[in-house]
Amino acid sequence: MSTLSATQLRELYRYLYLTRALEERFENLFKQGQIVGGLYRSLGQEATAVGSAYALGEEDWVAPSIRDLGAILVRGVEPRLMLRQYMARDNPMTGGRDNTTHFTVPELGILGPISPLGTQISVLNGVALAFRVRSEDRVCLAYQGDGASRTGAHHEGMNFAAVQDLPMVAVLEHNRWAFSTPSDAEAAVEDWTDVAAAYDVPVEQVDGNHVLEVYDATRRAVGRARDGGGMQLVVAETYRMLGHAQHDDQEYVPGEELEAWRERDPLDRYEAYLDETGVADGERRREIRDDVEAGLDEAVQEALDTPRPEPSDAGSRVWADEDGPRVPWTRRSPVGYDDAPADVPPAARETGGEET
Amino acid sequence: MTEGTGSGDGSSTEGEQVTYLEAIRQALWEEMKTDDRVFILGEDVGNYGGAFKITEGFLEEFGDDRIIDTPISESAIVGAAIGAAQMGLRPVAEMQFIDFIAPAFDMLVNFAAKVRYRTGEGAGLVVRGPCGAGARSGPFHSQNVESYFANVAGLKMVAPATVRDAKGLLRSAIRDPDPVLYFEHKHLYRRIKGELPTGEEVEVPLGEARTHREGSDLTVITYGSMVHKAAEAADRLAEEDGVELEVLDLRTLRPLDAGAMVESVKRTNRALVAHEAPGFGGFAGEITAQLNEEAFEWLDAPVRRVTAIDTPVPYSPPLEDYHLPQVEDLATAARWLLSY
Repeated sequence: MSTLSATQLRELYRYLYLTRALEERFENLFKQGQIVGGLYRSLGQEATAVGSAYALGEEDWVAPSIRDLGAILVRGVEPRLMLRQYMARDNPMTGGRDNTTHFTVPELGILGPISPLGTQISVLNGVALAFRVRSEDRVCLAYQGDGASRTGAHHEGMNFAAVQDLPMVAVLEHNRWAFSTPSDAEAAVEDWTDVAAAYDVPVEQVDGNHVLEVYDATRRAVGRARDGGGMQLVVAETYRMLGHAQHDDQEYVPGEELEAWRERDPLDRYEAYLDETGVADGERRREIRDDVEAGLDEAVQEALDTPRPEPSDAGSRVWADEDGPRVPWTRRSPVGYDDAPADVPPAARETGGEET
Repeated sequence: MTEGTGSGDGSSTEGEQVTYLEAIRQALWEEMKTDDRVFILGEDVGNYGGAFKITEGFLEEFGDDRIIDTPISESAIVGAAIGAAQMGLRPVAEMQFIDFIAPAFDMLVNFAAKVRYRTGEGAGLVVRGPCGAGARSGPFHSQNVESYFANVAGLKMVAPATVRDAKGLLRSAIRDPDPVLYFEHKHLYRRIKGELPTGEEVEVPLGEARTHREGSDLTVITYGSMVHKAAEAADRLAEEDGVELEVLDLRTLRPLDAGAMVESVKRTNRALVAHEAPGFGGFAGEITAQLNEEAFEWLDAPVRRVTAIDTPVPYSPPLEDYHLPQVEDLATAARWLLSY
């Protein structure tokens, strides 16, 4: 078992709880119309994101997917900023130009994903190439859902990392569902660790709902990658406890299966562990939760007080050296014959310059 | 074929005569020599030296950390280039033929193009590859892909027509902080030669068109290999009809030098837009629209296009020649416009 100190074990609890509590705030804010567009939760998968990200060093890089809020929090993005991001308020990560976990924070080693799935490993490969060419002892970690791992981009990225022996760890989040498609319709393999053979990379299978097992397995994989062992795969067995997004009532999921996985809730199980070991009794855990909630109260208020971006912000930051903001010509006022073309020929001015 | 003697080519300096291909090689070599952040990745670029031998000798000089032979995985190639660019390196990704950029479309359109806008962190990378027809290579080794990407904010695109621009634009592309697609025309690789100054850098900034040939009667707006066909048509009309066509070589498609187009058309009052790709939804449509918006009052005739016919690029020589816009087509269209 892990060699984490009692303080670290309590910190892990804090991140697990924070992830869940923050997402519950998101859900309420979504219902109030404060979060627009789609909202994707990671309920039931928190231990996979938190435990694996906790195994990384400060200098390492990570590419989350949409259900890896926990990893982003472990990397150090403050909840108040996540609220501003999810609520389409002004924020330093995207300024409201993209949603959810889609942002990059170089100083925290976070590479933002895009919606076309399976693309993170390929892009992280470039980060790893930079580590290599600079002789830096750093590791990349990419999260991929089982569905995302069926894309061509994913295969290309895995294969490239394996061929190049890059310091890369892929955490395959086997959460059983890709939107409404079960994982046995996504892949013919039953044991998802079998996919590692195609790339000849070391693989470990881990109980994704057990935060310390995830931590331990990822720590080993990260260590191997850092020591020159090349590409590593960790298959985390977990379950998506809610629909794909808020609009999805998940009626296609068998009730008994959901019930069985509810028994394996990562927070409940970790609380039992903290009880057994005496690392944090019920009272101690309540203090942690109260502290998290109080922080979230403040963070939500800050986000509500933060304005949405200026509409015209939409017209800038496409290129580094752009020649001014993009303004639709119909909004440059006043629009009139005399104002629109800068220099109409004199003849045209005489005949057509007058308003008809 | 030699390069046009147009006033804007600026190749009057003492120097050596080199091919278009050699100019590309020189730009890559010199940028790699002067900036250790520059590296190349692609299929067969190392051991083999590239399908067209552009990177021959690079592996020996720069090692396999900077000349990376990749699997046949264009998405992974461009993906890695994006990640490395975001870490401050200056990747040059080679598509063995530009047609094979299609598997990397997602990475370019959804990742590279949007990453600065979305996150504030840009990706200065170059994706280069041989484009264009005329080599009897069929539908998958002959395409011009600029219009596939023209509607995507965040990508820059260049298409050099001359030796000097091949070198200067690649240098600028590598140094640019945003993603640049560099379309090198395979038909020009060893067919044109031009003088490159020795011992000084060739500077060609992105976003500036070049007057390939001066004229007062009609402006042909074009880029890439069509610049040479346009110049040939211009010479023919000067001799046969006594008219002077101006040939404007856009050089960069995004950002587009609209000012140069409009300035020229306001002088000549007639515009012919030409490119080697098919016309429907092609880049000429954008140019035509901009002239309509900015120079309508100065036009004495409608803007016309001369492009490839609306089919894939066929293989057999008579088919390919029929598909492609020829000098004769340009001359016919110019005469139509001049008699309008």
